[in-house]
Amino acid sequence: MVTRKRLEPLLPWIVTIGFFAVWEVAVWALQIEVFILPAPSDIYRSFVRWHEAIWFNSLQTLYTTLIGFGLAVVGGMLLGLLIGYSKLAYSALYPILIGFNSIPKVALVPVFVIWFGIGTVPAILTAFLISFFPIVVNVATGLATVEPELEDVLRSLGATKRDIFLKVGLPASMPYFFASLKVAVTLAFVGSVIAETVASNRGVGYMMIAAQGRFDVPLVFAGLVAIAAMGIVLYAMFAWLEQRLTSWAYR
Amino acid sequence: MSAAVELNDVTLRYGADPNETPALRGVNLNVPAGDFAAVVGRSGCGKSSLLKLVSGLQPATHGTVSVDGEPVTRPVGVVGMAFQNSSLLPWRSTLENVLLPLEVVAHKRRDYRKNKKQYEQRACELLATVGLAGQEQTPPKSLSGGMRQRVSLCRALIHEPQLLLLDEPFGALDAFTKEELWQVLQELWRATGCTVILITHDLSEAVLLANTVYVMGPRPGRMIYRADIALKRPRELNDRFDRDFIDTVAELRHHIGQSHAGRQAA
Repeated sequence: MVTRKRLEPLLPWIVTIGFFAVWEVAVWALQIEVFILPAPSDIYRSFVRWHEAIWFNSLQTLYTTLIGFGLAVVGGMLLGLLIGYSKLAYSALYPILIGFNSIPKVALVPVFVIWFGIGTVPAILTAFLISFFPIVVNVATGLATVEPELEDVLRSLGATKRDIFLKVGLPASMPYFFASLKVAVTLAFVGSVIAETVASNRGVGYMMIAAQGRFDVPLVFAGLVAIAAMGIVLYAMFAWLEQRLTSWAYR
Repeated sequence: MSAAVELNDVTLRYGADPNETPALRGVNLNVPAGDFAAVVGRSGCGKSSLLKLVSGLQPATHGTVSVDGEPVTRPVGVVGMAFQNSSLLPWRSTLENVLLPLEVVAHKRRDYRKNKKQYEQRACELLATVGLAGQEQTPPKSLSGGMRQRVSLCRALIHEPQLLLLDEPFGALDAFTKEELWQVLQELWRATGCTVILITHDLSEAVLLANTVYVMGPRPGRMIYRADIALKRPRELNDRFDRDFIDTVAELRHHIGQSHAGRQAA
């Protein structure tokens, strides 16, 4: 058991490094061309060579992602609370919400370009739209699953609707809210990068499309790695926040 | 401070259909101020509905419900409630859970905000009387089922209610924990002097704790028998093995059995 305990924190590193090692060996052994699948060492070299461009574009992507995500947090929270709290709002808004969520967000980017032009705004909006829905659904579920007895305790004391919401509904939905943030923030990256690949002159998505045009496949992969790394960091941040703020909900 | 409870020819129907069997029909109940009444009966005979009426959570379809001489139209803060499920808020500590009613009850709110320290002191004392001294900061999930139920009792009493409504508060506990809590409840009742209505499946529990035991019959829920318990106070756990006690329980049991047989014959 001692070895297992010591192994656990090392395991993610071993698996990740192992993954890249297998990749490297496979590319070398199967003699895969660099413009088909570059080896991790090629991607690393590309990182070193283009680090300024990668840094600049990653910051742009991070910026649009976080603004879109922030809007989704505020909007999703408000709408989720409304839907979870009021049966009427739920039945009125759910069909249209499902409809909007079913639309492929990439199909909306050209529309955003017509409205707002190429650049930052379409990326923010796409990140917002794609990460909005899971937050709404989770917050609404959290509110709707509050035990009726918890509410009865307060109602029998003559509590107002506002009291019940503030003392029971809102705190009870927090674990659901934080669980959705972890998913939503990674989705927000998907949204902003999609928009950048279709219509932008900045950001990792744009950089990848430009690199692809020059058959610089290692740089395309460097972009992917940069996005993945940012996704992991933000996910970890929200997982930590969740642990801190809603530890009561876990064993 | 305590309040009398009076139900006069009360009928409660959940659906709108007047031909549907009501949950309660023609229920009369009269609990004097400061008294301890127990209501027993099979599951689904409307015992919990009765408490919802008294607490004001549910309006009566017909008849009148009054507490302390005032007709009950909506929940008011003079009532304390505890259920089978302790329903503590998991994000609050034990102490914060006990203090919850003070943040909500209309006539205590302002006073609580001004004299927070004093009320916290009182909550700690209350926790100590039920044997939970030192557990003030423990989160509810770290407490045992019996301890959670003790906290739930404290929460029901912190705002000094005139009426304590208990809906099978010991139903999910093991026999020994239950016996301990009977003593705790008896002591709390003696100390506070509030009126208590206890709903239970357990006939020994009803006879041991109450002055009057009501038997309810099912479909529609109604009162079918009333027994005044004349046993001396304070009552000990061993009183349960006395002749009188056993006879009373047997009698109640008989009436509950009859209500069931009658229903099957019909």
